[in-house]
Amino acid sequence: MAKQLIDQFAAALPADKRASVYQSTKSTHEKRTKMLFDQFAEPNRLRSLAGGIKQHVLEHLDTLLPEVEAKLQANGAKVHWAATAEAACAAVLGIMQARGATKMVKAKTMVSEEIELAHFLEKHGIEALETDLGEFIVQIDHDHPSHIVRPIIHKNRREIATSFEKHGLGAYNDDPQTITRRAREFLRQKYLQADVGLTGANFVSVESGRLVLVTNEGNSRFSLAAPKVHIALVGIEKLVPRDRDLGLLLNLLARSATAQQLTVYTEFISGPKSATQPDGPEEMHVIFVDNGRSEVLASECREILRCIRCGACMNVCPVYRQASGHAYRTVYPGPVGAVLSPLLAGKKFPELADLPKASSLCGACNEVCPVDIPIPDLLLRLRDKGKREGAPLAAAGTPPMGAWALLATQPTAWKAALFGGKIINYLPTKLLPIPPLRAWEDTRDLPEWKGGEFRKWMKGRGKS
Amino acid sequence: MLNAERKPVTGKKVQLMATCLCDAIYADVAKATVEVLEHAGCTIDFPEGQTCCGQPAFNGGDWTAARKVVRHAVRTFTGGDPVILPSGSCAAMMFHGASLAFEHEPDLAEVEALGRRTWELMDFLVNGLGVTSWPGRFPAKIALHRACHTRGTGSIAATLTLLRSIQGVEVVEFGEVEQCCGFGGTFSVSFPNVSTAMGDLKLEHIRAAKPDLLASVDMSCMMHLSGRAAHEGHPIKTMHVAQVLRDAMKNT
Repeated sequence: MAKQLIDQFAAALPADKRASVYQSTKSTHEKRTKMLFDQFAEPNRLRSLAGGIKQHVLEHLDTLLPEVEAKLQANGAKVHWAATAEAACAAVLGIMQARGATKMVKAKTMVSEEIELAHFLEKHGIEALETDLGEFIVQIDHDHPSHIVRPIIHKNRREIATSFEKHGLGAYNDDPQTITRRAREFLRQKYLQADVGLTGANFVSVESGRLVLVTNEGNSRFSLAAPKVHIALVGIEKLVPRDRDLGLLLNLLARSATAQQLTVYTEFISGPKSATQPDGPEEMHVIFVDNGRSEVLASECREILRCIRCGACMNVCPVYRQASGHAYRTVYPGPVGAVLSPLLAGKKFPELADLPKASSLCGACNEVCPVDIPIPDLLLRLRDKGKREGAPLAAAGTPPMGAWALLATQPTAWKAALFGGKIINYLPTKLLPIPPLRAWEDTRDLPEWKGGEFRKWMKGRGKS
Repeated sequence: MLNAERKPVTGKKVQLMATCLCDAIYADVAKATVEVLEHAGCTIDFPEGQTCCGQPAFNGGDWTAARKVVRHAVRTFTGGDPVILPSGSCAAMMFHGASLAFEHEPDLAEVEALGRRTWELMDFLVNGLGVTSWPGRFPAKIALHRACHTRGTGSIAATLTLLRSIQGVEVVEFGEVEQCCGFGGTFSVSFPNVSTAMGDLKLEHIRAAKPDLLASVDMSCMMHLSGRAAHEGHPIKTMHVAQVLRDAMKNT
């Protein structure tokens, strides 16, 4: 039986990495749950309400997007539309080249990872420096984030200290405060030199055209302090209808992501610097990125676009905890990634058709999701899609079900198999080359077969 | 609630779906289910043609095969009486999974109608029949595994109500109860490494609570956990909650 890539990755993962991913996700999940249930009478109703708001956005994107475009323009921002990753990268480059800009500081944005913006800009001679500490470490290591909120959840401080030393950021020192201070000193200079500050947006209010950014390091605010140009990369699904919706969503986002009541910095940006303001970007560009989202919207898995990128599903997911984020081979790991990544892949869906199978369908992800996405249902729909489209990675490792279904629709044959199955009690099963049986027995004992015993008992009672 | 829109229970005639796992392996769990239902005053019809709920194919991604098996269940469990299963997982397949697989099928309404009268056993006893306490004695410290397919249903609260009402039963708590045991149907053989690691974590938490036995409303989880424990040379005692109820009521 062909092995599942994620299962193999998990088996090969060094024990210390697994331990650090497990401890960190478990602790965040437990704090998150305690905080939500201590502070709100009915957190599950809040999740359902938030899910309803985001679902409303998805179902009205056709009218909400033109509305928010008009609002942003009225606020003085320029709005760009990028259908693909290439178009989004080209839009950023175009804006920079028009101003002769060569240096960018970047706040954390998953969509920039998705379109591989930093690599693209580097190829065009532009420095695009990550300012979120975790993303900065990922960048100097030429690594990839393994969690959407904590990009370096897979690294320990000794590895980070080694990277800093290699990158000329001082002699080896693995004291977290020293590491942070060194990064801060390095980045402060870069903020002052940058021409462009790039951010994402956690939410964009259609009502006011406000961009909402949350960080704990203040790096997005620094990224917009000195540079003359602000570029925001925004997935088209990031809208909320009204400013007042933010009260609910921000409360849920911070608690779900990091077990905080509110992130340390929450910024509301309603345009470039006005004539009366002394500082701030002179230009503000908002690039709305589609990159496969319209197709997701048209699919039967559109609920996944409600996602507000809190990472709670990966924190609670037993498979993520065992396998870690890199096992998913994509920018978005964990349960949300197992749905979103194969869908965003479009024609390359077959290359990721195994991801929806990396779940015991336990439902913990849905139970913690702040926008109540029915992730297990979506994983199941994608399993069905993989099977229908004949993706080899979807079939790998799963016992074929056709013969079983045939048996399960013919009661006489079924009953015969129940009795006949007893043979398994007398066979040297450990020697049988039946892949699913081998996979079971390698780590677990088989129970005793008692096929038909209950039916016999039931019939016997009827006679007495 | 996954199973909120349910047909109200009016009589005490029920149909029993034993589940393929009890049909093939855990015969005593099916027997206990019969005795428990009868004790609650039910008359039981066991349709002989029954096979399986279709979940293995549904979870495995083969919805064409799953639909064939679900249709067989629809043909087998006719009438309007409640269908009772000693499994949260198979019940969830009937009242939730099957509807997903039939979204675009002409017979969706029949599949949904069957789902609306399908109950996991403990949920049925407490929330269907209104049983609030169980007679007898069962002196044991019991760790109750929260089978994942009972999330969003009334099954776990119902189970705790019944267990705690039995003389001698002490329900012991353990860590990370919301975490899956790692079985997950075909997941257990297609992701054997992750599945086994999940089982080991669950066993570690359970053992730390030092229960006399581990109980569940799903034998699939028990098959995985007891199989793992036995393989490691440290077997644990597992029971279905129906067996606990049956043994308790025979010990008055």
